[in-house]
Amino acid sequence: MKRRAWPWALAAGVICALSLAPFAWLVLTSFKSAAQVTAIPPVLWPSGGLEFYRSALSRFGLLHFVLNSLVVAGGTTIISLALGTGAAYALARLRLPGRPWLMGALLLVSMFPQISLAGPIWRMLQAAGLLNSHLGLIIPYVTLTLPLAVWILTSYFSELPRELEEAALLDGCGRLGALVRVVLPLAGPGMFTAAILVFIYAWNEFFFALLIMTRRSVQTLPVGIALFQGQFTMPWGEIAAASTVATVPLVLLVFLFQRRIVSGLSAGAIKG
Amino acid sequence: MAALARPRGERLLAWGLLLPCLAVVCAFAFWPIVYSMVLSLHRIILSLPGLGAPFVGLENYARLLGEPAARHSAGITLIFVAVSTLLEVGLGTLMALALDKSFRGRGLVRAAVLVPWAIPTVVASQMWRFILNDRYGLLNWLVFGNDVSAYQAWLASPGWALAAIILADVWKTSAFATLIVLAGLQTIPRELHEAAALDGAGPWQRFRHLTLPLVLPALAVALVFRTMDAFRVFDLVFVMTQGGPANATNVLQYYGYKAMFAEGFLGYGSAVSVMVFIIVLAVSLVYLRLVGRRLLKGEAA
Repeated sequence: MKRRAWPWALAAGVICALSLAPFAWLVLTSFKSAAQVTAIPPVLWPSGGLEFYRSALSRFGLLHFVLNSLVVAGGTTIISLALGTGAAYALARLRLPGRPWLMGALLLVSMFPQISLAGPIWRMLQAAGLLNSHLGLIIPYVTLTLPLAVWILTSYFSELPRELEEAALLDGCGRLGALVRVVLPLAGPGMFTAAILVFIYAWNEFFFALLIMTRRSVQTLPVGIALFQGQFTMPWGEIAAASTVATVPLVLLVFLFQRRIVSGLSAGAIKG
Repeated sequence: MAALARPRGERLLAWGLLLPCLAVVCAFAFWPIVYSMVLSLHRIILSLPGLGAPFVGLENYARLLGEPAARHSAGITLIFVAVSTLLEVGLGTLMALALDKSFRGRGLVRAAVLVPWAIPTVVASQMWRFILNDRYGLLNWLVFGNDVSAYQAWLASPGWALAAIILADVWKTSAFATLIVLAGLQTIPRELHEAAALDGAGPWQRFRHLTLPLVLPALAVALVFRTMDAFRVFDLVFVMTQGGPANATNVLQYYGYKAMFAEGFLGYGSAVSVMVFIIVLAVSLVYLRLVGRRLLKGEAA
C-alpha cells in the first residue's frame, strides 16, 4: 500500500527545523564577532572565527570545567554501571522474593524531586568533608542514575537466553563464574546503552552540581555556563562557545547511537 | 538444573549482588527523605548556628501554609506542570504519528528530534534567554522586524516569562514523549491497519478506533514520566528568570532551594521539600491507580 509520502516528509522537515534551529542559532553565535552578536538585524553568517572560544578558554577557564565534568560524569558512569550490573543480574536471573517491590522502589527513587534530598545530602557531604570534591558530586549522581541503569540492564539480561548460563553451570562453572565468563561478555551492548544514558545524565545535571560545587576550580560545565557573568554585559559569545563545547559530544552520541538511546529510554520507561 | 541444586548459594549470591546497589539507594535516597522530615520539625538557621536546632513541631508547616509567597509558588508550579505536560504529550504524540511512517532518512529525523533532549538544560536555558533578549534577541526581530521600539522584554513581564519557561521546557522534552509514544505505535502490527483500510475505514476512523486504544498505555506512561519530571523544573528557572519577575516563575523547587541555600532556613526549606515530595508522591499514586499496576509489575521482559 503506497500512499502519498510527501505530507509526512514535510511534517518531518518541520519537526527537524524546530528541534535544531534554536540550537543552531547558538552555535552560529559562538563563531561571531562581538559586534555581530548584538547586531540588529541579526547577522546570519558569522565571521568572528574562534575569538570567543579563545576567550572562553583563557578568561572563563573552560578547560577546567570540561575536565571536572569528564571526571564526574566518567566516575559516575563507571560506579553506577558496576553496582547496577550486579543488581540487574540478580533481579533478572536469580529467584528473589519481593522482586516487584524492589523494582518499584527503584522506580520511585528516579521520581524523587531533587529538593527533597538536597538538605540532607548537603549536610552528609559537609560532615564527611566532601563538599567541593568530585567524589561528593559522584555520590548523589550514582544514587540517581542507578535506577535507570538497573531497569535497562534488567530488561537486557532477561532477554539473554538462559541456556547459555545453564550450559556453563553444567560445565562446572559456579553461578558467579557463569556471570563473569558467559553473561558479562554478552551484556556488552546493554551495558553500553546504560553507560550512554548515565553519562548524559551526569554530564548535564545542574541542581546538585550547583549545591555541592561552590568553588570555581571544581565546578562542572553546566554550573560554569549558568554562572558565566561579564562585568557590564552578558558574555553571550563566550556562553555560546562553552555551550557548544558542552553539547557537541552529546549531539555526536545521539547521531551515532540513536537506536541504542531510544531502546534504552523505552526499556527504562515502558517495559513495566 | 544445576541452579536448582544450590538454592541457598544462589540466594546468597543474589543478595550479595543486590546489596551494594540497595545500600547506596537507601543511604542517599530513602534516608535523606526521612532526614528531611526530621529537619522540617526543627528550627535551623544556617547563618545563626548559635541558635542550635530546637524542636518546633509543625511550626515550619504552619508558616508554609500561611505564607502567600509559598501558596503563589505552589500555584505557579501546578500551572507549569499541567500546561507543559499536556503540551509535551500532545506534541509528542503528533510527532510520533509523523515519525511512525516509513520514509527515507527516518533515522536522521529521529536523531534530530533527540538533540533537544540531549542538550544540557542549562545550555538550552541560556540559548532561550539569548533568543528572548529584549534588545538583540532573535524572537523580537522575527516578530517585529527592525522596529526596535516595539521590542518586548519577554522575560521581564510576568505572563510572558512563565510562557517562556514553558516554551523552553516543551522544546527540550517533547522528544521524550515522542519516543515513548513511538515505541507504543510500533508494537501495532501493520496488518491491522491494512485490514481496517480494506474494510473501508478512513484515516480518522483508523486512528480513533485502532491506533488510539492500542497506544493509550504508552501515552499514559509518557504522561506519568513527564508530570513527575515537570515538578522538578529548576535549571530553566535558575538561568532564565531567577524565579522572577515578581515571583511569576518561582516554582516550588526553586522556592525551596532559595529558602534553604540562599536564605539559610534549613528547617523551613525542609518543610517545603517534604511538601513537594508529598505532592509528587500523591500525584504518582493517583496515576498508578489510573494506569493500573502495569508500572509496578516489574516484569522486565
